[in-house]
Amino acid sequence: MKFLHEYRDAAVAGRYLAELKQVVTRPWTIMEVCGGQTHSLVKNGILSLLPDKINMVHGPGCPVCVTPLHLIDKAVYLAEEKNVILCSYGDMVRVPGSKKSLLEAKAAGADVRILYSPLEAVKLAKENPDKEVVFFAVGFETTAPANALSVLHACREAVMNYSILTSHVLVPPAIEAIVNDKTNVVQGFLAAGHVCTIMGMDEYYPIVEKYKLPIVVTGFEPVDLLQGILMVVKQLERGEYKLENQYSRVVRPEGNPEARQVIEDIFEIADREWRGIGNIPLSGYEVNKNYAAYDANRKFAIDLTKAGESKECIAGEILRGIKKPGQCPQFGKKCTPLNPLGAPMVSSEGACAAYYHFSNMEELV
Amino acid sequence: MNEKNVIQLSCPMPRFDFDVINLGHGSGGILTHKLLNSGVFDVLKNDLLNTKHDGAVFELNGKLAFSTDSYVVNPVFFPGGNIGELAVNGTVNDLSMCGAMAKYLSLAFILEEGLPIEEFWQILNSIKKCADKAGVQVVTGDTKVVEKGKGDRIFINTSGIGIMHEKAAIDFSRIEEDDLIIISGNIAAHGIAIMSKRQGLEFETDILSDTCNLNFTIKKLLDRFGTLIHFLRDATRGGVASVLNEVAKDGGFGVEIRQKDIPVTEQVNGACEMLGLDPLYVANEGVFICIVNASVADAVVEILHQDGNGINAAIIGNITTGHKGQVVLQSNIGGRRVVNMLPGEQLPRIC
Repeated sequence: MKFLHEYRDAAVAGRYLAELKQVVTRPWTIMEVCGGQTHSLVKNGILSLLPDKINMVHGPGCPVCVTPLHLIDKAVYLAEEKNVILCSYGDMVRVPGSKKSLLEAKAAGADVRILYSPLEAVKLAKENPDKEVVFFAVGFETTAPANALSVLHACREAVMNYSILTSHVLVPPAIEAIVNDKTNVVQGFLAAGHVCTIMGMDEYYPIVEKYKLPIVVTGFEPVDLLQGILMVVKQLERGEYKLENQYSRVVRPEGNPEARQVIEDIFEIADREWRGIGNIPLSGYEVNKNYAAYDANRKFAIDLTKAGESKECIAGEILRGIKKPGQCPQFGKKCTPLNPLGAPMVSSEGACAAYYHFSNMEELV
Repeated sequence: MNEKNVIQLSCPMPRFDFDVINLGHGSGGILTHKLLNSGVFDVLKNDLLNTKHDGAVFELNGKLAFSTDSYVVNPVFFPGGNIGELAVNGTVNDLSMCGAMAKYLSLAFILEEGLPIEEFWQILNSIKKCADKAGVQVVTGDTKVVEKGKGDRIFINTSGIGIMHEKAAIDFSRIEEDDLIIISGNIAAHGIAIMSKRQGLEFETDILSDTCNLNFTIKKLLDRFGTLIHFLRDATRGGVASVLNEVAKDGGFGVEIRQKDIPVTEQVNGACEMLGLDPLYVANEGVFICIVNASVADAVVEILHQDGNGINAAIIGNITTGHKGQVVLQSNIGGRRVVNMLPGEQLPRIC
């Protein structure tokens, strides 16, 4: 496949690995922000190939993992109690709420549909005028344009039985929250390539300057990741801090202006609760008041009691890169993908699930 | 079965004076008899079925294998086949993997009220065609109808009896250290073909299901290599990864595979990328894993290459005494990772 094979090439990957081994002289801790990158690092066995001095820690960039428990409860409630067709991206449906997951609600008779695009949900709303259709709009800046576009389409076509339940989070505030944490160990970041495809790179310059940290916008294929890691390590070894773009075949410095415009039209920036991390100011999107009719939070004013997280789950430390999955006493024991204590064990992008699926338990502990 | 029988299938469609299945077709009354006499018996006719007993009565000599499987695929018609073909090939192949040549099948339908008769007829004809191709006879059966909404158009169960190949000795316990693992063809086509037609997911592709009967292919291997074939399993639900995990766990060995040697077409790979799925876990219907003594592995692959069902066969890995119970994959770039069982259905990722 054009533009994929080249970035999975064993010889090229080997050259980057050799250069990495040559360049690295001291131990460095680097965080890949995006869950897609975590997935690829583990799936391609890259972690097993890196020099020992390079410690990759896994960031909070798994939208499924950071969606708060009470929003999942709300989605389940809407599906079960409000005659709603609840539509969701695939890996969200298995995440346990405080009582059950959307998949369990579906098994009990609720109308829960897995879709690839929110525009499909608008179509469903048109086909089912007597039902309310809610799309669980989860994700980082990457999925925001499509989710926003669905509202725009519904509005243009006067589809009034459609709304979105947003849990949109933003990368730059999360990076700042991690760096500002007293326990932070991260010395350089691989920024999420697809997020920057939409948003561009401008947001990251101030972070690089303020915290004197190298950030490299990086893609998702093995060669991308190795090159991105090499670029960060080179900066660290030289004592530099710059914003660089490894993923230039996809990411333009200005991002995608049309997509950003759609986001701006529909959403406004608001405070957001991140599961496992807590509240981060101005770190997410909410539907703005012009489109309030399409905001499931406003449309279905329900106040569910906020349920507490499992005390045994250390998702907060995992998502901030302080601990790795293998360091959790419950990993692979009480907490497995079949019986997850927290969200990082559910989504395939969650660090715990990625380790569980692709790693050798004995080697981890 | 010869071509002549297949051609006879295009006989004029019987006249049904109803367009859709209704509850009456499962009542045991006139409509049931009409459906059976003017349809099912006519299409599937053979000496044993024609006796119209409650069951088939026959004699078989030798060691036998017996298997059953239910088919609930959605959509019922998909690129490269339909549920009827799966129902025959699936059970025939399950018997083949035991080392048996399928001889007789039972066939049970659970029909949902409202199923167009035309579709039932097409499925029945596919069943006949596949049974003839695989050299098996449907000798007993059943038809039930459930209310609209209580089924999903059509469910089929088939059970099969087959006669064991005299040289077959296929079992987890026969797997040995240093055995080589062969895959019979390109993986993941069936699952992707089905997905391309799922509601809400339709995408343009000419990927076809790989459904086929494997019994003659397996017979060739057993005729030639006998007990040097240690293990066979078709990589259906759960795909190649699940079969290899069963081998590792139930066989008590470690399994090593190389990503670069696993055959998967560009198109299927592309669809998997787009859908966020791992082809190792996607279902196949005509692909099997064959674990053999290393001395015959190349010859097995050569035979498969000459067989219509094994053109893309390849050696993908080996059995080891290391990492017992685990499947370890060497990635294209040389990294190593464990390939685990899926905890549930493979779900598409968000981004």
